[in-house]
Amino acid sequence: MNAESTIARNHQDTGGAEYLSFRLGDEGYGVDILKVQEIRGWEPVTRVPNAPDYVRGVLNLRGAIVPVFDLRRRLGMEPVAYGKETVVIVVRVQGEEESKSIGLVVDAVSDVMRVTSDSIRATPEFGARLDTGLITGMVTAGERMVMLLDVEGLHQAQAADPATEVGAA
Amino acid sequence: MSIDMEQFHQVFFEESFEGLEVMEAGLLRMDGGAVDDEEINAIFRAAHSIKGGSGTFGFTEVADFTHVMETLLDEMRDGRRPVTPNTVQVLLRSVDVLREMLTATREGASPDPEQVRIQQAELESVLASPGTAPPEASVDAAPESREQAPEAAGWHIVFRPHPHMMRTGNDPLRIIRELAELGDLQVTGDVSLLPPFSEFDPEECYLSWDLHLDAPVDRARIDEIFDWVEDDCDLAIMPVMIDAPREEAPGPDQSRLSAVSPPAERRVGERRSPEPRRRQERRSGQASPSSSIRVDIGKIDALINMVGELVITQSMLSLLGDDFHMGQLGRLRDGLAQLDRHTRELQESVMQIRMLPISFTFSRFPRLVHDLGAKLGKKIELKMTGENTEVDKTVIEKIGDPLVHLVRNSLDHGLEMPEERIAAGKPETGTVELNAYHKGGNIVIEIRDDGRGLDRDRILAKALERGLVQEDHNLTDRQIHELIFQPGFSTAEQVSDVSGRGVGMDVVRRNINELGGSIEIESEPGQGSAIIIRLPLTLAILDGQTVAVGDETYIVPLISIVESIQVRREMIHLVAGRGETIRLRDDYLPVIRLHEVFGIENPRATDLVDGLLVVVEGEGGQFGILVDDLIGQQQVVIKSLEANYQRVEGISGATILGDGSVALILDIPGVLRLAAGAGDVDQLQQSA
Amino acid sequence: MASILAVDDSASMRQMVAFTLKGAGYDVIEAADGVEALNIAKSKGVNLVITDVNMPNMDGISLIKQLRALPSYRFTPLLMLTTESGQDKKQQGKAAGATGWIVKPFNPDQLLNTVKKVLG
Repeated sequence: MNAESTIARNHQDTGGAEYLSFRLGDEGYGVDILKVQEIRGWEPVTRVPNAPDYVRGVLNLRGAIVPVFDLRRRLGMEPVAYGKETVVIVVRVQGEEESKSIGLVVDAVSDVMRVTSDSIRATPEFGARLDTGLITGMVTAGERMVMLLDVEGLHQAQAADPATEVGAA
Repeated sequence: MSIDMEQFHQVFFEESFEGLEVMEAGLLRMDGGAVDDEEINAIFRAAHSIKGGSGTFGFTEVADFTHVMETLLDEMRDGRRPVTPNTVQVLLRSVDVLREMLTATREGASPDPEQVRIQQAELESVLASPGTAPPEASVDAAPESREQAPEAAGWHIVFRPHPHMMRTGNDPLRIIRELAELGDLQVTGDVSLLPPFSEFDPEECYLSWDLHLDAPVDRARIDEIFDWVEDDCDLAIMPVMIDAPREEAPGPDQSRLSAVSPPAERRVGERRSPEPRRRQERRSGQASPSSSIRVDIGKIDALINMVGELVITQSMLSLLGDDFHMGQLGRLRDGLAQLDRHTRELQESVMQIRMLPISFTFSRFPRLVHDLGAKLGKKIELKMTGENTEVDKTVIEKIGDPLVHLVRNSLDHGLEMPEERIAAGKPETGTVELNAYHKGGNIVIEIRDDGRGLDRDRILAKALERGLVQEDHNLTDRQIHELIFQPGFSTAEQVSDVSGRGVGMDVVRRNINELGGSIEIESEPGQGSAIIIRLPLTLAILDGQTVAVGDETYIVPLISIVESIQVRREMIHLVAGRGETIRLRDDYLPVIRLHEVFGIENPRATDLVDGLLVVVEGEGGQFGILVDDLIGQQQVVIKSLEANYQRVEGISGATILGDGSVALILDIPGVLRLAAGAGDVDQLQQSA
Repeated sequence: MASILAVDDSASMRQMVAFTLKGAGYDVIEAADGVEALNIAKSKGVNLVITDVNMPNMDGISLIKQLRALPSYRFTPLLMLTTESGQDKKQQGKAAGATGWIVKPFNPDQLLNTVKKVLG
């Protein structure tokens, strides 16, 4: 609670925030740490029929049914086999009416980094390889480039995905 | 002492709405000609309580309006006014207005003044009609209107209680004490009426008093103090003008009593209980009015007992665990069995709390049938049975509109006009029955009428017109009935404002499906029709059959399952245009392979004879779902997929199995749609 | 502290009465109709009864009559809650043995004042 409010205050005072950074292949990504609910190791989930391929299934998060998305597939990257470092980041995102929890499968979690708003740069064009609509900006952390992920968009876009409408006719 | 009256508002509104139901139901029975004293009394009491409560809680408009209703009801109750259909109608309309007033008031809005004024005028005109005592003075003659300028410097009061006064619980000393609170009081006791000691009855009052109050208070203040006892004493209250010589009280045997001083002020009234504040906080924390439920105290007690048992079992087990050795295995088993039993009982008791009698839904129908019958010019008798059948609160909330639609349909399309009925040799009055009962873990609601039944030809003609069926199809009755549930289908030749158009039976069915239930129609031409709705008892728990396909596990709602069969080769028939079917007795059932519609990998059974066929009842008839294996039956707690994800076609929800993993629950109509959409089952609607 | 039996078929009125009186430190027992009230009154003595008039099963007037006939309630204050228009009810109540009445609508302060007076 205290930690959160401190972060929230930092957010306003310095125009910065803390991001949880993680890896997908060679690329670094970051997600606003205030949205992170928990981090857990990968465990098999229950498949949801006729869902888009990035929806790995649903898991039981203390009694709630939470969907798990493969972030690589979601962003249009090549899938990889899950291993020991594979983790699920559970994020809390604001849906249209109420907030929802979503699990994101990523290759590995790196660390928590502080990002000031003036260090965030616009997203360059990636060509067709990546869905850049889900990236809000990029920052340089030391040698690395970190792309900041829009988790809200992640959820909203999936609701409109035609693939989920399979068979609904 | 300041008390937050708002904390009682919710209870007031709840009981007022219940009171309105009582009034409405009673008035409708009176309308049918039954006038029974207790009935009128109950209606009167309901109005009286609403009036009392609304006055107390400051809803003046409601109180004023109800007062007029109450006055009318009072006259009816006392036999001063006959019960006429007109009076009953006026009162029914007033119930409606009152309901709207209460609804508006609860939401913090003001009732529509014009509507209230009109209805109140109508009530008053009934009251003013002859054969009745004149209406009493309006309630808003508040006591303070009696206020008058002080005219006296003080009061001389002669107070002679009747001997029996103390037996009414009144104490002359209390009255004297109250007077003393108003100002300086000089008290002279008169003991002249004391009997000889031998005749002395300690329960009687023999004393009288002569009182001089030296305070320029209103006469009304004095009257108020004597209000309760004015018939139990001789009383003279005389003003004392300034400078007027103080009269000496008459009587020879005077003995002076000392002036009574006002009692020490009690502080209790200022002791503030912490409760109002706490409640207020809790309430302000809620953004919208929470949906609440009134629970029978017996159910809560049962729950508490159950928890007590559970605690005992738990402590027994934990004691066992502290120092466990294999010799105690038997006791451990017993303990676990006990835990299992208590947990199940606890679950049942908790579920019981959500259960309400279906009468909450049924109670609106007498009025609806009454009004609609009058509007349509039909004579209709409504019979209801099983109103006390209990069903989940959510079902109660959601089944209302579909039932209203179905009952309206029966009244509008099913029942004939009186002359038509007579011509058909039927009683002039048509009957609509609403029945509710429990059957095999479900609740069944039936709407039966003795009307004309479904018109097969007209339905078929309409279906052809809409292209729902092909000309040459030879349809069974069941398939004809099924057509009614098709979207946009409406058989009423004239769109009446009763049944309306647009929202048709398809919406009704969808609503019922959403509740996990099913609907079917039985009809006999000329004899009537019946709509039968089956619903799960609760929406939180489901009796399910666990099935396995490939590595996956699904739950099939037991309510949908007709039977499960092992398919033999000779049962399989290929029917042109319909694909593979299974011949079961005289039916040919279409088959859905769950692994195909759900894209499940590595199913064990692709050939029908290798797996098991779960025969389910879906929209439009029975069909078979091929699975690898049946695992077992169990009660599962339904969890929403939509809370964090979204709706998934063919899936109604999820549940958590004993090992903590998630299993999805099949939505049978959805599976059917999926299969039809995928072309797996061709023209399933017609072929079923 | 004195104990008071509050009788009303309306839950909101009963709660209001009970809550007000409890707040002032009285012991309050609630009953929803005359029958229930009479049973309670018989099983345990109370110092004051406040009853509504119009109730199912047994109304307030009958309750007062029955209570007054009990030896232990001969002098107990019995108050009825009545409406202003109920002049004849007051008379009936008095005839049945009521001590007095509290006129509806009333607010908690009025109720407390009356109760304080009656219980001295």
